[in-house]
Amino acid sequence: MKSGMTPIVRWTARFMTPFIMVLGFYVILHGHLTPGGGFAGGVFIGGAYFLMVLAYGSDEAKSVFYKRRASLFECAGIFVFWFLAVLGLLRNGVFFLNVLQNAAPGKPYAVFSAGIIPLCNLAIGIEVAAGLFSMFITLAVLSRKEKP
Amino acid sequence: MITLLFLLLGIMILGAIIALESRDLLSSIICLGIIGYSLTIIFVILQAPDLAIVQIIIETMTLVILIAAVLKTDREDTTETFGWRKMLIWGFGLVVIFLVMMAAVRAYRHLPAFASPSLQIAAYYIDQGLALTGAANIVAAIILDFRGYDTLGEATVLFTAVVGTMTVLRKTGRKEK
Repeated sequence: MKSGMTPIVRWTARFMTPFIMVLGFYVILHGHLTPGGGFAGGVFIGGAYFLMVLAYGSDEAKSVFYKRRASLFECAGIFVFWFLAVLGLLRNGVFFLNVLQNAAPGKPYAVFSAGIIPLCNLAIGIEVAAGLFSMFITLAVLSRKEKP
Repeated sequence: MITLLFLLLGIMILGAIIALESRDLLSSIICLGIIGYSLTIIFVILQAPDLAIVQIIIETMTLVILIAAVLKTDREDTTETFGWRKMLIWGFGLVVIFLVMMAAVRAYRHLPAFASPSLQIAAYYIDQGLALTGAANIVAAIILDFRGYDTLGEATVLFTAVVGTMTVLRKTGRKEK
């Protein structure tokens, strides 16, 4: 998978990728208001990266770099999610308590409402996008080298 | 509606059988796609937009990953089974299916009808979800607040799965001392 695909596919992928990413972030940020959420939006964003790698191709060195960066973001996402869960334990003694909702409830149907739910959605979205992308890189792009 | 559901279920079962029996791996993966997209249509019919979005996106991603992985191989299922062994597997499978069907007919006789009555705990979530969590999307209120432990576990399972995949399929082996 070094050369990528034809110019038509490349141009279409480059044209569509920003829209797919914006849609993914919209789905994540409005996860507590409209259907969708962190998981669906994260898969959108991961899919945008798939599209670019499939259309433009990727060599081994670049793929290893992508994989390391994706692992970093994946670990960050799961860490933020666990931190938000433990935050309730630290503040009020109840694991996974919605601390922000109790402290400062926002207006319902606004983007900044529902306490920690949007933050959890964001963390899940980052984790899912990076996890799927690193899995894609591992399974589809990187090939196993024969041992000498 | 029930007729359409059963029709889709039949298509899914057919796709699963073809995916298992096909010799070409690419055909198997496309038949797996039939199962996933039929499931998406079922979710839309049952009015579950959250699940339908996730299912259609995940199905597309999975197909892309699997096709990209299969195109690196020589696309042929090379597992050989002997004649008597295949007969044994088929016979055992048919016996198990027959027993499960017998048990299911007895068990389903005592179940309430499809989607009636709705559960009481669900009614509580639907009434109080917006007031207690402030999330307008009831699904988000349930999966991230009332049932947050489940989602935390799922995210951890996904993380573990990705770590496991990358560990097993990593390119460079451990250095030998």
